[in-house]
Amino acid sequence: MTIHLSIILFLPLACAIVVALLPPRLGRSAVLAGPLLVLAYVVAMLIDFDPGGGLQYVTNDEWIPELGIHYSLGVDGLNLFMIALTAIAWVPCTLVAAFTELERPRLFFFHLGLAETAVLGAFMAQDLALFIVFFDLMLVPFYFLIGGWGTGDRVRATTKFVIYTLSGSLLMMAAAIALGVLATPDGGSISFSLADLRAHPVALGSQEWIVLLFALAFFVKAPLFPLHGWVPETYRSTSIPVLALLSGVLSKVGVYGFLRIVLPIMPGGAEHWQELFIILAVFSILYGSVLAFSQDNIRLVIAYSSIAQLGFIVLGIFAFADNGAQGALLQMLNHGLVVVPLFLIVGVIALRARGSESLTELGGMAFRAPVLAGLFLVVSLATLAMPGSGNFIGEILILFGTFEDQFVYGLVAAVGVVLAAVYMIRLYQGTMHGRVGAAVESREIDRVNLAAVVPLVAVVIALGLYPQFVVHRTEKATTKALEPATGVSVIR
Amino acid sequence: MSTLLAAAQVKAPVIDYKELSPLFALAGGSVIVLLVGLFRPLFVRRVIVPVLTAVTLLTAIGLTIWIWEPGGQDPILEGALKVDALSLGISMLFYVAGLVTIVLSLRSTATLEAGHGEYYSLLLGSITGMVLLAEAHSLMTLFIGFELLSIPLYVLCATHLHRRTSLEAGLKYLVVGSVGSATLLYGLALIYGATGAMRFDGIASAIAGDQVSAADPLLLTGIGLAATGLAFKASVAPFHQWTPDVYEGAPTPITTFMAVATKAAAFAIFLRLFDQALGLAQLDWAPALAFLAATTIVIGNVGAIAQRSLKRMLAWSSVAQAGYLLAGVVVGTQLGIKATAFYLAVYLLMNVAAFAVVVARERVSEFGDDLRSFENLGTMAPLLAWPMTIAMLSLAGFPATAGFIGKFYLIDASVAGDYTWLGIAIVIGSVISLAYYLRVIAVMWMGRYEVEMPSVPPRRVRPVAGWSPEADPLAQPEVVAVAVICAAATIFFGLVPNPLFDVARDVASAFPGLH
Repeated sequence: MTIHLSIILFLPLACAIVVALLPPRLGRSAVLAGPLLVLAYVVAMLIDFDPGGGLQYVTNDEWIPELGIHYSLGVDGLNLFMIALTAIAWVPCTLVAAFTELERPRLFFFHLGLAETAVLGAFMAQDLALFIVFFDLMLVPFYFLIGGWGTGDRVRATTKFVIYTLSGSLLMMAAAIALGVLATPDGGSISFSLADLRAHPVALGSQEWIVLLFALAFFVKAPLFPLHGWVPETYRSTSIPVLALLSGVLSKVGVYGFLRIVLPIMPGGAEHWQELFIILAVFSILYGSVLAFSQDNIRLVIAYSSIAQLGFIVLGIFAFADNGAQGALLQMLNHGLVVVPLFLIVGVIALRARGSESLTELGGMAFRAPVLAGLFLVVSLATLAMPGSGNFIGEILILFGTFEDQFVYGLVAAVGVVLAAVYMIRLYQGTMHGRVGAAVESREIDRVNLAAVVPLVAVVIALGLYPQFVVHRTEKATTKALEPATGVSVIR
Repeated sequence: MSTLLAAAQVKAPVIDYKELSPLFALAGGSVIVLLVGLFRPLFVRRVIVPVLTAVTLLTAIGLTIWIWEPGGQDPILEGALKVDALSLGISMLFYVAGLVTIVLSLRSTATLEAGHGEYYSLLLGSITGMVLLAEAHSLMTLFIGFELLSIPLYVLCATHLHRRTSLEAGLKYLVVGSVGSATLLYGLALIYGATGAMRFDGIASAIAGDQVSAADPLLLTGIGLAATGLAFKASVAPFHQWTPDVYEGAPTPITTFMAVATKAAAFAIFLRLFDQALGLAQLDWAPALAFLAATTIVIGNVGAIAQRSLKRMLAWSSVAQAGYLLAGVVVGTQLGIKATAFYLAVYLLMNVAAFAVVVARERVSEFGDDLRSFENLGTMAPLLAWPMTIAMLSLAGFPATAGFIGKFYLIDASVAGDYTWLGIAIVIGSVISLAYYLRVIAVMWMGRYEVEMPSVPPRRVRPVAGWSPEADPLAQPEVVAVAVICAAATIFFGLVPNPLFDVARDVASAFPGLH
């Protein structure tokens, strides 16, 4: 079977444009078509994917020859499951949004479709400039989605979000151009194709500052301490379906960039900053965990827990061990899969508490809503990496990888695993058990959210039972991505 | 007797009428338009005069395409002018800007107040000056073109005769512009004094030979003063202070014209003078210009943040953009010229889209060009809100717009020309610029949004014919059409930039000497 990545890539946008042009009633019922079609196509790709092969379904055309930018797409173990995560996450979020009362719904779903195309593009791109194009393009729909349909001081929040993220990614653009120029062989023409960049490594001194600027962009996106300043406001002001995507999928693009671009192309630079990045990662784990524990707003609990989780992922990547990177990749998928239902459940909870999201006002909701409580429990346990969940496997692999060379940091990071249990159980108890909050009305989860959350929970459980499905398809690609970096360490 | 004999032996310069044809068309059109404007019937003034102006510009475009020739060309008229792809390519921008100005001026009261014939004739006169400036190949033609472009503009700025700010803008522009011209003239004189040559190729060979060293103080002073004079016109900081006031005061169609065409003309001569005539002294002037570019980027972007008036904001943003463009001049390479030419074209598209929306809004809203007149434009008039959104995103450099490719190209040129720090300065400027570009988008799409800034007293506006409070944007379809077409082109060239790259390559081929 031939899979055309361009179809997957532009399907959401095309469907979104069609929906935007249909009359409102008709358009409303058609919004799910795009994400569902993409999901179906991606599932076909998952089945068809050859675990032993390298880069597959490659599309490679010249886009702007003058600048050396190629329209180059491809799938290997590194991005296969990121594409799957995107396709999976978009369906429930679109579903929930479709049944929410929205102003200007057609515009909303247009932006949602554009966002899916941009995220998929960033994951598929095999050309550095193309990656940056999609990386920055993501911001446009999210700027509108947060600012147009958020709550509270949304304009301030979305402006802050965009300025933070774009500061990072514009600096990355300058660094990427420098990389392209420096890697151009004498007399040759400039090319941003990842394969060409890998073939012409640049001098170590240049690699160092280029890697630093790349890391800046990726850390802001992730977010990692100390570049998480946009998080509280943005998370508070974003509507639930958009927030689920922001936290579940967008945060992975940055860390994915490390595996796809930084480690294979600039191993020396990555090795130079390894210590610093590991310290930041470990600090993020502790900082995120402690803050997650002390937050009252349930969104922010999850927001800070995400910072901790992303810390784990970065730690796994920069451990420069096969185990670690493998775990990081697994954890990227797992985190996305648990955060999306978590936020959807937060939305359900808030609906039953007159919009309140404060832990002090919540409680006792499980009383008449056993299904809601059950789903929440499964997702919470998965988040805190209960043995038997995919997250457990991911974190164990990351810690194994870290213990190999960075024993002390691994030890400190392990504390984060314990803290995760503390804040997640606090979150679960605070909302579901205890005294019934004043404004709380214990009501079962509605059908729409049930239909959105249950499939996700099923995937989470399935991954916990059979993580080999992911590991088997990714291990070759992670080893290959790490190869240059581990090579450098060995030489030193 | 002997003088007579000598006169008889003087060989008259060969006049290449073919290469000069666009200039003839413009100058002739300018006179015809002025004379036709003298007829009394309103129909003649309202319809015939703008149509004749447009026909003149279209003729010039046709002639330009006819004589288009990539590659290095020999100067004509004894070295006074050089008609090559650089001058022709950038002339195209003047013509397009002129056509846009005609369309935007159709319903403007400025044409009525100043007289239709005069208004359009001055516009054509200014364009003639710009073309002359872009083609200038000697210090003399440079200055003539410079003045011919400026003087009609001084008048055009003041064509809203009954509005004080318009008159003030004209006067301010006149005073500041004259200082700029004087500085430029002094600089040109010193360059002539140092090199003994008027023609650009003569100056280049004087620097290349032993006649004058590249570090000669006289030459360097001349270069510095000439750069200052041109910097006034291109609104490069710290010579930009007139820009916001003049842009705000002038009738908006004229502001549009100044923003895009004058800038293009100034950069055409920047490229010609610095990268060609003074190319060998690049090591001496490049650091200074790079410093100016970085200053301009920072000052322009910071200045724009505090603006409520869209015209002022776009004025400051045009200062910032001048800084980006200057980066392409500084590096003095083929890549730099291509990037500058490319960005000039992109800059025209996105600014015209933005200014057209401002024109449409300020005619119907009681808040004029204040941010408040753009509130909720997304629901009220999507046909205006979308072009504005696209223009802002493109100016800010978001991908999928031509602005992104343009910035990418300029950074590419800076980095490849060993000015990486200037590339970083462009990036930092873009980050600052988000603060004000995004604010416009937020005001249009994100509902009630109070901007904490001193408020501007509402001004009385003269309504467009048939105006009602809920004015339909389609009451002025031609303005909406300009905005939509330019925004669509911005997106198109953001996705398919190759046609523009081809033109940029032709333009750069006019300087075969550069690497």
